[in-house]
Amino acid sequence: MSKARSAPLRAALIHLALIAYTLVALFPVFLTLVNSLKNRNAIFREPMSFPTPSTFSLIGYETVLNQGDFLGYFQNSLIVTVVSIALVLLTGAMAAFALSEYRFRGNTLMGLYLALGIMIPIRLGTVAILQGMVAAGLVNTLTSLILVYTAQGLPLAIFILSEFMRTVSDDLKNAGRIDGLSEYAIFFRLVLPLVRPAMATVAVFTMIPIWNDLWFPLILAPGEATKTVTLGAQMFIGQYVTNWNAVLAALSLAILPVMVLYVIFSRQLIRGITSGAVK
Amino acid sequence: MGSLQLKSIRKAFGTHEVLKGIDLDVKDGEFVIFVGPSGCGKSTLLRTIAGLEDVTSGSIRIDGQEVASVPPAKRGIAMVFQSYALYPHLTVKDNMGLGLKQAGTEKAEIDARVSKASGMLSLDPYLARRPAELSGGQRQRVAIGRAIVREPKLFLFDEPLSNLDAALRVQTRLEIAGLHRRLKATMIYVTHDQVEAMTLADKIVVLNAGAIEQVGSPMELYNKPANIFVAGFIGSPQMNFMPAEKLGDTSAKTLGIRPEHISLSRDSGDWKGKVIHVEHLGADTIVYLETEATGLLTVRLFGEHAYAPDDVVFAVPDRARLHRFDANDRAIG
Repeated sequence: MSKARSAPLRAALIHLALIAYTLVALFPVFLTLVNSLKNRNAIFREPMSFPTPSTFSLIGYETVLNQGDFLGYFQNSLIVTVVSIALVLLTGAMAAFALSEYRFRGNTLMGLYLALGIMIPIRLGTVAILQGMVAAGLVNTLTSLILVYTAQGLPLAIFILSEFMRTVSDDLKNAGRIDGLSEYAIFFRLVLPLVRPAMATVAVFTMIPIWNDLWFPLILAPGEATKTVTLGAQMFIGQYVTNWNAVLAALSLAILPVMVLYVIFSRQLIRGITSGAVK
Repeated sequence: MGSLQLKSIRKAFGTHEVLKGIDLDVKDGEFVIFVGPSGCGKSTLLRTIAGLEDVTSGSIRIDGQEVASVPPAKRGIAMVFQSYALYPHLTVKDNMGLGLKQAGTEKAEIDARVSKASGMLSLDPYLARRPAELSGGQRQRVAIGRAIVREPKLFLFDEPLSNLDAALRVQTRLEIAGLHRRLKATMIYVTHDQVEAMTLADKIVVLNAGAIEQVGSPMELYNKPANIFVAGFIGSPQMNFMPAEKLGDTSAKTLGIRPEHISLSRDSGDWKGKVIHVEHLGADTIVYLETEATGLLTVRLFGEHAYAPDDVVFAVPDRARLHRFDANDRAIG
C-alpha cells in the first residue's frame, strides 16, 4: 500500500483483528498438538501448559501406532481424498467447460440443476445412498466413499470453474479450432492451464470436508480394512472411557497430510481467490 | 489461390437475426474489408466464413467448394484475432507451427515455413520467447506469422489493429499492405476504422444492421455513396446533410456535402453563418458553423486559418460535389 493511503491507526486495528482471528482459529490446533505430547494426568491437570520433562510422554503416539492399523487408515484417507479430488476436478472442469462454452438447449437449466447441490446437503440422502450402495455391493469399499465425495464436491466445483472458464478468451479457443485442435485438446491444453488457480481453489475446498468427514466412513465403510483416519480415531473414544492421549495423537497426525496437500495448492489458491477481484 | 462466394447468408441467434441475407463475391488475390458500426454483423460474417459460427442458411464457397459444413481447420483459412490469441504456454516458434503440426506436416517443412514467415516479419530474435515476453506489436506480428505459415487460401483478419497504439497501428497497417502485395493472397479484413478500410482495401463492403449497404473501391464509396448511410460512414469528418427543401431544391429530399468541399469567405457566399468552434490540426483546420440555411455545418480547410468563435463567415459549397438523396435515403443520379 502506498504511504499516502496508510493510516497507522487503521493498519494497527486491522492487524489486531487479524491476529485475534488467527489466535482463535489456531487455538484448537495448538491445544491438540501440545496435549498430544503430555501424559494423561497432565492433560487434565494443566491442559494449557507446554509439556515439561516430567509431563512429556509419547504414550499417545505409541498407542496409535501399535493399536489398530493406523498407517492403513492414513492410506485409506489419502486414497479417498486424492482420488475424489482428481475426479471432482476432472469431471467438474469438463462439465463447467461444456456449460460455459457451448450453446445448447437447456444450458441454463442444466447449470442451475448442477448448482442445486450447493444448497442441499448430501447427508439428507444418506438412507437412499446406503440402500444404493448395498444394492450395488459397494458397502465397505473405498469406492463407495469416493463416489459419494465426488458427488458432494461437484456442484461447487462446477459453479466456480464455469465462472472462471467464461473469462478465458474466446479468440484463443477459436484460434485453436482454426489450427485444428480438437475440443479435447482445446480443453486440456488451452483452457485448463489458464484456470489453474481456480482448480487449486476448488481442490482445497473439496479436500478439507472429505478429509475430515466422519459421517460417510461410519455409515458406508466402517470395516477395518476401509477405515479412514477420522473414523480410526473414534475407536479411542468410548462411551465411558476415552483414551485422550491416543485421540489427540491421532488427530495431530491427521493434520499433517492435509497440511502437505494444502501447501501444494496454496500458492495457486491465493492467485485464485484474488484474481477474480481485480480483473 | 483463393476466391470466396457468399450466397444469401443468414445467421440468427434465437429470434434475433444478425445477418439478413449476404451475397458477396471475392476474387482471387483481392483485399476486401468489411466496415460498419458496432453490432452491424461484420465480425459474425467473418466468423461464419471461418466456420466458427454455423450459418442458419445460405452457402459459402471457397475456391468453388461448398464449405458450410466443413470444420474451420479444413477450410484452408487462417485468422488473425484482435486479442492476438497466442497460445500462452508455447514459444513463438511453436505458436506459428502448431497448425501445421496438427495437420501432420513434416518437421523440416514446418521449420522452413516458420523461418520464412519469421524472416518476413522480422521475428527471428524472438522465436524462442513466449508471448508474455513480447510487446503488443510483436504479439500481433506473431499472430500474423501464424496465419502466413499455414499458407491459407484465405486470410481473415478480425480487427487486428484495434489493440495497438496509434503509431504501431500505422506501422502494422503498412506491414499488412506490404504482405498482401508480396503474398498476393486473398484477404478479408474486418474493422470499424474507416481509415484502415480506405488505406488497405481493394474493395470495401459497408455493412449496416446485418445487410450490405454498398460494395466498391474506396474511391467509389467516397465519390459515389449509394445512400446516406454510406455517405455518412465513409469520410472524416462526416459529410454534412441538409434538408433540400430549405435550400430550395425540390428534386431531392436531402443534400450532402463533404466538409472538404466547402470553402469559407469573410465577405460573400451562399450560406451565412457564425463560427461556433475551430479545431486547429496543423495540416487542416476544422471549422464548425451555425448557419441560418443549413444548421450545423462542418468545414474542413487545408492549412492554417485564423478563424475564431463568433466570427461571421460565408460558406461556399462546391456545387459539382453536392450529393443528392431521395426520400428513401438513396442517392440520386
